[in-house]
This record gives sequence, C-alpha cells and structure tokens, in this order.
Amino acid sequence: MGIETPNGFKLDNSGKRVVVDPVTRIEGHMRVEVNVDANNVIRNAVSTGTMWRGIEVILKGRDPRDAWAFTERICGVCTGTHALTSVRAVENALDIKIPENANTIRNIMQLTLQVHDHVVHFYHLHALDWVDVVSALSADPKATSALAQSISDWPLSSPGYFRDLQGRLKKFVESGQLGPFKNGYWGHAAYKLPPEANLMAVAHYLEALDFQKEMVKIHTIYGGKNPHPNWLVGGVPCAINIDGTGAVGAVNMERLNYVSSIIDQMITFTEQVYLPDLQAIGSFYKDWLYGGGLSSTSVMSYGDIPEHANDYSPSSLKMPHGVILNGNLKEVLPIDHKDPAQIQEFVTHSWYKYPDETKGLHPWDGVTEPHYELGPKAKGTRTNIEALDEEAKYSWIKSPRWKGNAVEVGPLARYIIGYAQGKPEFKEPADKLLTDLGVPLTALFSTLGRTAARALECQWAVHQLRYFQDKLMASLKAGDLATANTDKWSPDKWPAEAKGFGFTEAPRGALGHWIKVKAGKIDNYQCIVPTTWNGSPRDPKGNIGAFEAALMDTPLADPEKPLEILRTLHSFDPCLACSTHVMSPDGQDMATVTVR
Amino acid sequence: MAIETFYDVIRRQGISRRSFVKFCNLTAASLGLGPLAATQMAEALETKPRTPVIWMHGLECTCCSESFIRSAHPLAKDIILSMLSLDYDDTIMAAAGHQAEAILEETKAKYKGQYILAVEGNPPLNEDGMFCIDGGKPFVEKLKWMAEDASAIIAWGACASWGCVQAAKPNPTQATPIDKVIKNKPIIKVPGCPPIAEVMTGVVTYITTFGRLPELDRHGRPKMFYSLRFHDKCNRRPHFDAGQYVEEWDDEGARKGYCLYKMGCKGPTTYNACSTVRWNNGVSFPIQSGHGCIGCSEDGFWDQGSFYDRLTGINAFGVELNADRIGATAAGVAGAAVVVHAAATVVKRLTSKTDA
Repeated sequence: MGIETPNGFKLDNSGKRVVVDPVTRIEGHMRVEVNVDANNVIRNAVSTGTMWRGIEVILKGRDPRDAWAFTERICGVCTGTHALTSVRAVENALDIKIPENANTIRNIMQLTLQVHDHVVHFYHLHALDWVDVVSALSADPKATSALAQSISDWPLSSPGYFRDLQGRLKKFVESGQLGPFKNGYWGHAAYKLPPEANLMAVAHYLEALDFQKEMVKIHTIYGGKNPHPNWLVGGVPCAINIDGTGAVGAVNMERLNYVSSIIDQMITFTEQVYLPDLQAIGSFYKDWLYGGGLSSTSVMSYGDIPEHANDYSPSSLKMPHGVILNGNLKEVLPIDHKDPAQIQEFVTHSWYKYPDETKGLHPWDGVTEPHYELGPKAKGTRTNIEALDEEAKYSWIKSPRWKGNAVEVGPLARYIIGYAQGKPEFKEPADKLLTDLGVPLTALFSTLGRTAARALECQWAVHQLRYFQDKLMASLKAGDLATANTDKWSPDKWPAEAKGFGFTEAPRGALGHWIKVKAGKIDNYQCIVPTTWNGSPRDPKGNIGAFEAALMDTPLADPEKPLEILRTLHSFDPCLACSTHVMSPDGQDMATVTVR
Repeated sequence: MAIETFYDVIRRQGISRRSFVKFCNLTAASLGLGPLAATQMAEALETKPRTPVIWMHGLECTCCSESFIRSAHPLAKDIILSMLSLDYDDTIMAAAGHQAEAILEETKAKYKGQYILAVEGNPPLNEDGMFCIDGGKPFVEKLKWMAEDASAIIAWGACASWGCVQAAKPNPTQATPIDKVIKNKPIIKVPGCPPIAEVMTGVVTYITTFGRLPELDRHGRPKMFYSLRFHDKCNRRPHFDAGQYVEEWDDEGARKGYCLYKMGCKGPTTYNACSTVRWNNGVSFPIQSGHGCIGCSEDGFWDQGSFYDRLTGINAFGVELNADRIGATAAGVAGAAVVVHAAATVVKRLTSKTDA
C-alpha cells in the first residue's frame, strides 16, 4: 500500500521485502528491511535498533561525579565523547566552572576522537562499500604508483611498494581464507573503481590501521588510556608541571612535545592520504548521488569545541549550532536544550511504553518502560523475526524530534549549517571540493556528500588540534598551570536538588545528556545520541527518520547483495550501542523496568 | 601457491614437533575428547590453514575491538593477514546479512572443533533474550550454538568475563557473563574495560606461538598478565611508601606525581598489567596520567561505591588511618615508610584472598 509521510516520502511496502540483519561494519546491532519495486528500487525502508542495555537506569542513585565513566561505556568507538558530555551536564547542574586549560585539553581530547573516528570510519567501516578488494589483485603496480603520485606527496607510493603489497594480498586471497573479506560483494556492479584505485585504497586501509593507534596516544597522555580515557568533573585529571620538582610525574615538556608531534602526523596523514583518497574515490562515484534523505531539508547541530571555558553559547562554539528546516538555508534556528517543547522523544514505534504515546517527552521528564512486542503483520515469531511490522513497534531506538521534526545530525549536517551561516572555514573547503569534482552544491545532499563532509571535517579538526595545543602552550608560558577546580568537589557544597544538561558534537552528530541531582545522587539521567536522531523509527505522525529517508528511492543492482543499502547506512557511521539508551522517570522504581 | 598452515606457522616460530603433538593432546583433553581426536586435530592443524576465529558481539560498546586494533606488537594488520583467519567479526567484516550468517554455518561445519570463539559483550537473558537481537534471533542462542563446536573460547573484556556496565545494579536486561551460559567449555577470561591491546594480542599469539593455552588462575584469567595488582608495579608506588599523597585534584602533590590512593585509586586491589605493559604501546596508564585506577578489570567494579571513595571506605582494612596520619605529617619523618609498608602488607594479605 502507498502512503505519503508528512516529511514528504512516498512509502510503498507492496514489493519484495529485502532484509539485512546483521548490518555489519557499524557499532552495535542493527537490522534493516526494505521493499523494492519491480525495478529493484527501494520504496519503503524500516530501520531497527536491535539492542538495549539500560545504562541510564543503572545510573540512578549513583554519584554524579562517577557518571562520566558509566556513560563513556555507552560507546567504545566514539570513546570519551559521552564522558565529556556527562561532565558538562554535571557541571551545568551544579554550577561548576572549569579552568581554561581544562577546556583546552578537553577540546584536544574531543578533536582527537573526531579525527580518529573519521579516519577509522572511512577506511575500516565504510571503504569496502566503494572499494573492491579482489579487483586490486589485477592492478598494475606501476600505474597504481603513478595514480598515487598524481594526487598526493605521500611518500609510500613507489611501484615496488604497491607490488609488495599486492603480493601479500595475493597470497592472502589465494590461501582461500579471506578472513574479514570473506563473502564480500566482490565483483558487484555497483563497484566503480579501476583496479589501481582499489589497490591504492587497500594500501591505505592497512596504513590507516597502523596509524590510528598512534593518534589515540594523545588520549593516553592526557587521559591515561584509550579506549576509555579518564575524565574529571571540574576539569581534567592530568596535572601539569613544566619545570618544577616532580615534573617527571605529571604532564611535562616531553609529554607536550609528544602530543605536538602526533598532531603534526595527523595533519600530514589527513591531507596527504585521507583527503586525496576521498577525492579520488569520489570522482568515480559522482554520478551515484543517492542517499540524501533528510539532508536537503532538515538538519541539526548543537555545536561544540568552545573557544572559552564555560561558555557554550553559539558565539563561543567553533562547530556550528542550529537547525535548518524545510530546506531553508537562509534561516538557521537556535536550539534551547531546556525548552520542554523543543527536544522530545516519542515511542509509538519503539519497544517502550508511555502513558500517552501520542505525546513526546522532554528528556528531563523521560519515561522508559521496555515493552517488546511485534505487530500483527510481523512474520516469524517473537524470538525468530522474519519480517517486522512497521505499523506497530519495531525498534529499541526511540524517536527524538525537534519541534516535531525528524532531523539528520552528523558531519554533513554540521557542514550544511556552517555553509548556510556563511562561515568560510566550512563553506570554502566544501566549495573547493565541489568545484574539483565538477558537481553542483546539491551533490552534497547524498551518501557521497555525507562521506565527503566527514573528510572535510577531519581536515578542519586536525588544524583545530594544532590551534588548541598551541593555545595550551601559550597559557603555560603565561604561567597558568591550572587544570581542575575543586571548589565544589565535595557533595556537601551542592544544592539539595539541581538539574542540568550537557552537549557535544560527537563524530556522528548532536549528543545531549540531561541530569537531575537530588541529595547528592543522580535522580534522573537521559542521553539522546546521534544515532537515535538518525536511526529513529517513525513518529506518531508517520515522519520517517534519517536512515529510512536516505534509503528511499535508491536502485539496487542486485537485491540479494544489497551493497547500496550498506553504503548509505554506513555513510551515517551508525552507533547502535549509543542509540538505545534511556532512563527511568522521576521517582519511578527501577524494578519496574525489569520486565518479567 | 602453498598455503601456510597452523603447523607451518608454529614450526616457523621454532616450536618442535613434540611440543606440537603435546599441544594437540592437551587441547583435546581440555575439550573432553579422546586420543583419537588429538591425532585428528594434529592432522588438521598440519594440513589445514590458519586458525579460524569467530568474533561475536553481544551487549557491549565495541571498546574491546577498538583496543585490539591498537596493538603495536604485533600489529593488528599482521594478525589479521598472517596469524589468524578472522572469518567473522561484525565490526570489520565486509559481509552483512545472510552472507555474514552463512560464514557461521560454514565455519561450524568445516572447522568443527578447530576454531576459536572470541566473545565481546554478553547476552541479556530478560525479554527472552531479545534485548540483543542478531539475525532476528536472541544473541544468546547464536552464542551457544557457535560455542558448541569451538576449540577454545576467549571472553574479551569485562562484559564477557564479568558482566560489566550493563550488568551493574539493577541489571535491567539481566546481562550475563558468558561462562554462565556456556558451561561445558574452558573459557579464557581477558578482563578490563577494555583489556590492554597487547594483552589481547599476547593471549592470542601465545596460543599460536607456544602451541598451548596459557596458564589460567582459578577465575580463568591468564596468569601471565593478571597475577599482579598494578599497585605492585605502579610508578607512583614510592610516594605511597613515603606517605606522599595527592590530597586534592591539581594540588602540589598532583603536580609532583604523588600517590592517588586518597583520591580513590583502586590500584591496590586491581589485578591487571596496566602498570607494567602500560597502554597504547607503553605511553602511559591511568595513574601515570593523574586519575586513580577505577578497577575496570575486577568483577563487579561498577558496584563497589564511587570511584573516588577510598578503598578503606569499602573494605575497612585499616590503611586509611595510617595513610591519613602519614600524609598529614612531614613526608620525611623517619619510620613513616615502615608504617605504610606494614599497611600495604595488610592490603596485600586481604586482597590475595580473592585471588587464585
């Protein structure tokens, strides 16, 4: 049957149903079902979060100063971004101010994550949607070298280098044990790269695997380890001592030089490998501009990377803040995280119960009661799902909406908003890439645009890293060594009741935590994360979310091998462990969420 | 081109034929199989390719996978390309949907009793297991099914080993460590949130290099990495012994790298290799970088009070009085170190009861 959603998509679930479960190369567990018409074009899309852990339920009654460690474990891929959001939420609730150096180091931590996450996403989670590994075997190493040298000064580009690599790859493939490349869609019609570009990309897949472990050492220096570095309410845990007694036991000159050197390498890798690869690969796929979804109409970014400590206003934030609706790039609307009418979550199509499911709830008043049930039209059984019924409940993800609108979040959303605001640091690189590829601005609103925005953002982020590390050095030169404010460390200095919120721009998009504190303990905690926005099921009015919207109207070359579905879903960098978290309401007994 | 088999790999590493046969016998015995099975296993490993590894994900955050690829020695790429055959891992595998599912069936049939099952995360048992759905079915079913024919099972991280954050009170999904649902197989636990990269790759390559499973303590942890509290080798330990403590974040003591015991450090009761192997190719570890240990490799560490509570606040074994008194008096007072050492011995004696 055919219906039109309020946000403008024509859904028709009468055609053949194609199921992808598990969706791999993402964080967590996800399923997607689509209906294709006689021409194998997607006419209906259903995306489902297939896990729930209940971390916010677990947070209730805990010490707010511990919340960062719990929420950090929401995701080990975007490690640290939840912890940062959490310490900001607690500081907002308890009115704790952090020193400038702490703000600077937090920015360095967050930017390091952005760069790491974007690089790993592009090469290790997304590249195989564009790159045919097996085709690389038939590449000419000399021609590969010529290609590599024509697009970049990166030194690992000799014919011998590519020949050796190809030899190793050949041995690997001929062993018959393809490991992680087993059962890929090799030879699929939707792969467009020549063998030489494939070989170059495989080389960089392996180089990026080596290099990603270097970048995170910045987390190790300031936070002690990665994944899951340590954070602190009131500042950062690493004390700084440049030249005094005991400097060897703190962040000292050697450590600062170490960070600085890694940043230089990150700039080089991003500009000599990641961006040229993106542009080279993009040039072969510039006619494949499906997957735009909500990006041309509705996008949102909270903004992040505050220039000044404790100032989270749009003027202090170096990442764009605001919402664009109805494709109106002339107007960027401001977001108020405290306004109960702006950010709301719905559960009509999610496996939870609300007293009144026609209404959405602001996170400070969120209710979570798991309620797993399949709709009457679902196929299979309760524990063996063959097909879901999207007219009923069908996901562990809730549906967050901004003033009732489904929005897309993430690097593309940030670039569109920055572009609309005319900020040169976002507009100029985007315009240059579009010109180089010979495509119009509207090409941004696509799967490829999402992937390109991530690369551009990575370049922005590496230079911001340099900026903030230099800023830290300038501050130290001026004699300011402070990294933590302990005035309100002790709970006896806190008000009896308080509430607050914190936000960041995680690599995947807008991330918010809302907290209520009562008698020194967490009374309520709720996270709304990027993949909740992007991967949301339908809302009560029938609006579809960003994943579902992006899949619509895409032709599949072979529905048995739905490479195009993976390509578009991966362009969002889904994080399912993040997306399916919710908190019990004020005063609700935690036992009630333990169903059965 | 000739295929390099498991036997070729370990011979290349200098393992004798005799040790190889012994490994097969021990593995067969640990699986409850007879001598005939050992012979079959030896034959398989001599003629069959790299050991297939099936890496499954339950309720987790993927920090274990992220940690694994941080390994500096060996490099993750060398493990993947040369040492093992990572045939299934949802996080990095090219295949998806039914093509991914097909790999599980194929491995189970083709490599019966020969593949390693590595598990990241754990199964939730509430809601008929449907808090974690994989291929339309409860993850716990898939896990048990793949465990049936595995030669060895590795529990990566705190989730698979102990339950970790989703199993913290009140554990709304009834998230359950894997040894509670797989009972008839040896399980190597590699706890930590996440475990250190080189500990993870160290465990895997130990098996392929020395041709035997590592020696485990009674909790199933490899002794080579988990038999010391990291307090024992902490770079701040001399300050503990000298009674020099951080009293407040970013105070003079913090800037001099003093002991974090009073800030809630769980180093004295945590068994892990952080202070020796350290993190990210030895760059640092939590205590070195200024925050106390939160005890992330210990069972139930989420439910032991705040991360900033002093250990004595939980276990009350008498250190606090000494540490406070010493911290308050001049660090140079003769005899102070002796008193603290005595206290440290008490800590050791009490905590050793929970060790193997």
